[in-house]
Amino acid sequence: MSDAIILNGKQIQLTIERLSREVIESINFENTVLIGVQPRGVLLAERIHQRIKELTQINIPFGKIDTTFHRDDFRRGKSLNAKVTEIDFHIEEKNVILVDDVLFTGRTIRAAMDALLSFGRPLKIELLVLIDRRFNRELPIQPDFVGRVVDTIEKVDVEVHWAINTTDADEVVFVKSNNG
Amino acid sequence: MSQLSSKHVIGIEHLTVDDIQLILKTATQFKEIINRPIKKVPTLRDITIANLFFENSTRTRISFELAQKRLSADVINFTSSSSSVKKGETLLDTVNNILSMKVDMIVMRHESPGAAHYLAERVDAQIVNAGDGTHEHPTQALLDTYSMQEKIGDVKNKKIAIIGDIMHSRVALSNIFCLKKLGAEILLCGPSTLIPKHIGALGVHVSHNVDEALQWCDVANVLRIQLERQNTKYFPSLREYALYFGVNKQRLDKLQKEIVIMHPGPINRGVELTSDVADSEHSIILEQVENGVAIRMAVMYLLANKQA
Repeated sequence: MSDAIILNGKQIQLTIERLSREVIESINFENTVLIGVQPRGVLLAERIHQRIKELTQINIPFGKIDTTFHRDDFRRGKSLNAKVTEIDFHIEEKNVILVDDVLFTGRTIRAAMDALLSFGRPLKIELLVLIDRRFNRELPIQPDFVGRVVDTIEKVDVEVHWAINTTDADEVVFVKSNNG
Repeated sequence: MSQLSSKHVIGIEHLTVDDIQLILKTATQFKEIINRPIKKVPTLRDITIANLFFENSTRTRISFELAQKRLSADVINFTSSSSSVKKGETLLDTVNNILSMKVDMIVMRHESPGAAHYLAERVDAQIVNAGDGTHEHPTQALLDTYSMQEKIGDVKNKKIAIIGDIMHSRVALSNIFCLKKLGAEILLCGPSTLIPKHIGALGVHVSHNVDEALQWCDVANVLRIQLERQNTKYFPSLREYALYFGVNKQRLDKLQKEIVIMHPGPINRGVELTSDVADSEHSIILEQVENGVAIRMAVMYLLANKQA
C-alpha cells in the first residue's frame, strides 16, 4: 500500500470548516485560545484560526508550542530538534485548545500539556486533531474535536501534506512506514 | 543536523561549524524557556552532573549550575579549596571517585591548559570544559557569538576586535576559533607583550593602537588583564595600560559610528573598561550573562542526547 488518500483537498477544506464552526459553537468561545503543537499542528491551527476570524471577526489568541524538552523519549535514539514556542498571551483561566494534525500514541499531546503548564494554569485544555488513529493510543488521551477517525496498523504512517503552492492541493495520505 | 559530532565539548577548535550552529539554534529555544513564568523543563531529570571548579569562578559556575537546574539535572558542586585535593589527591583519582557515584557528565574548570582533554581521554563521563588555564573556554565563546548575533545579526564578514590580555586569555582563543569558523574578521589589539608571537597564523589581524581597532570594528570584546596569570611585568603600570589601551567614553565619542561593547567579566573597572562605557547602552555585558545560561543549557542538552 502506498500513499492511499484518506482526505483530499476538498474534504480537508470541509473538515476545517466544520472544526472551526465546532470551536465557535463551544461554550466559552470568547475565553478560548488556540495553540498549535510544533511542528505540523501549527499549520492546521493557523488555518482554523484564520477561518474563525473570517466567520466571527474575532481574532482569538493564537500560539505555538514545542514539546521537545518535555518528551519522554529523550535519549532513546530519536534526534530532537527544538522548534519555536510562541505564546505571547496569558493562558491562566483560559480555555486552551491544543491543535495537532495526527493523534497517534498520545505521547506528544502528553508532552504538550506538560509544556503548556509552564505558562500557567489554564481553566481547561481541549484537544483538536485532523486525524485520530484511534487504535494506537498508548496513553489515556482522547480528542474533543475530531476531523476524521481512521483505523490503522502501527506500520503505516498517516501524513498530512499541506499545499505549499496555491496550485497544489492539501491531502491526508497513508504512507508505508520505513520500519514497516 | 540535530546531534553534536563530539561526545565532549573541550574546545571550539574541535567543534564543526554545524555543531556551533546547532548549539546557537538550540540556545534560542532555551532562552525562551528561561523567560517563562516556570523556567524549568524536565529534560535531564535522569542525568547527574558534577561541577568541578579547581579555579575561582562566579559567573561560569553559577551559570552552569543554573542551566543544570533549569534542565532538572541533579547537580553536585566541588571546589578544590575545600576538598581532598588539598591533601594531595590527583585529578584523575578525584574524578574517578566522583564518577563511581554514578555521575554522567563533568563540567570542569582547571588552571592547567589541556586538563579537560586529559580527562576526556581517561574517564567514561562526558566532559564540558568550563575553562582550562590559558587554553579554551568554549561556552564563553559560544555565548559571546550568540550575543553578537542577537545584536548585529549573522557574524559572517563582521569585524570583531578583541582588546586586552590576549596572551593569557582562553576567552580570546575560543572566540577566535568560533568567530573564524563562522566567517567573521578578527583584529587582536593590546600591548605587544600581551599578544602571542605568530598569532597571525590563526588568520587574525593584529594592532597595537586601540583607537584604530575601535574605528575598524563592529564589536569590541574587551578582555580583563589577568594579573593572576602574569608572573612577570608585561607593562609598566595599570595606569599606563588604562591610558594606552583602556576603552573609555572619550575614545568611543571620537568614532564616527556606534559599536557594541562586550566583556566576559569580571571587569576591572577603570583599567580595561571605564564605568561609563561598561554601563552604557552600547554595552551588552549583562545580556552576555543571561545568554550564558541558555548556551550552557543547549550544550548540556545536546551532549546528554548524544550519550544515548
